[in-house]
Amino acid sequence: MSVAILVLCLSAFTLNIGAGEGYKVGDKAEDFSLKNIDGKMVSLSDYKGAKGFIVTFTCNTCPYAVMYEDRIIALNKKYAPMGYPVIAIMPNNVAVKPGDALPEMKKRAEKKGFDFPYLIDADQTVYPKFGATKTPHVFVLEKTNSGNIVQYIGAIDDNYKDASLVRTKYVELAVDALLGSKEIKEKETKAIGCSIKV
Amino acid sequence: MKIVLRKTSIYFLFKCLLNYKIFNEVLFSFMLMKLKLLFIAILLMVSCGKNKKGNDISASEVEPIEHVETKAIDIPLEIYDYAGLETFLNLKDDKIHVVNFWATWCAPCVKELPYFEKLNDAYKEKGVEVMLVSLDFPHLYDKKLKPFIVKNNLQSKVVALDDADMNAWIPKVDESWSGSIPATVIYKNGDSHFYEQSFTYEELEKEVKKML
Repeated sequence: MSVAILVLCLSAFTLNIGAGEGYKVGDKAEDFSLKNIDGKMVSLSDYKGAKGFIVTFTCNTCPYAVMYEDRIIALNKKYAPMGYPVIAIMPNNVAVKPGDALPEMKKRAEKKGFDFPYLIDADQTVYPKFGATKTPHVFVLEKTNSGNIVQYIGAIDDNYKDASLVRTKYVELAVDALLGSKEIKEKETKAIGCSIKV
Repeated sequence: MKIVLRKTSIYFLFKCLLNYKIFNEVLFSFMLMKLKLLFIAILLMVSCGKNKKGNDISASEVEPIEHVETKAIDIPLEIYDYAGLETFLNLKDDKIHVVNFWATWCAPCVKELPYFEKLNDAYKEKGVEVMLVSLDFPHLYDKKLKPFIVKNNLQSKVVALDDADMNAWIPKVDESWSGSIPATVIYKNGDSHFYEQSFTYEELEKEVKKML
């Protein structure tokens, strides 16, 4: 019986959230309300004093995401005081990746000392709006009078393997440009990541 | 006579004990296997049941059930940066080239690998060549990638791509690639098609047949 169900489920196909859907640079990002690892709901509108956000789709189980954890922590340390906090969102279906379930997220956050919200997109409704396809996947938003505008989409930097060999810190350059009211040079970058599990 | 008897009885006793031990181990591992299956089934049932959007979407991926042991194996492996790999994406030899980007840590990639292997075997004579481009981390080539290749007896050509500047090369493979894997390029001479998706064997075969 259990084997039959297993086979049945395995043979089902993947839903593909195609690339090209979701926010583009310049689009207004809708606010969301997602559960944090402490059980509280978090929305962008909670951050009255923020100038913008570094929205980062990440998870426990993707080796690329894990390689970037320390750099995500560093981003928040540097930019939260300047008005650009990191908002981390875990987009995977936890039935497929039990290692990404809320209690596991909490454990990981405590172990690494995340000092930013680590939210779960439990209904998997937020990441498709952003058009996130993988972890890690970063969206830098700028808070304006007309809403939170997407200003940068892509990778954190240009060397996943070794933080000391990074030549271009894409996210930092983007936030620095926004803070200095300058044009962001690279608004979109690409990187390999783990596909978001549906 | 007495001695022989005693020897035999000791022998039997020993055999009994041994059998019992083996039996126990077998029983234990069988139960463990059942438990594992049940666990996966429950997980999948939950994920299937959770879906509110209808029946068309379901659990698409599971963890590879067999994990590769971390005993290092040293076999030859071709390692390229993107400049080196690019040649294999632009061959003009009248063959259909199926280039799959994958990694041993990527569950959906591992799941679809047998289809690429099957395709390679079934269409070799018809001028189809499969190449598996691993994006495994270089420090794990010996511990993960090579043992995986050996254990699964991969017949398609496997190469490793080691090029950290991903933003430079990902768009060169295809402008539309967001960077998630699995991803596959199927091309013949100048005619190239890109797929940022998982394949079933039937889907894969269909795409290749279009180009035959």
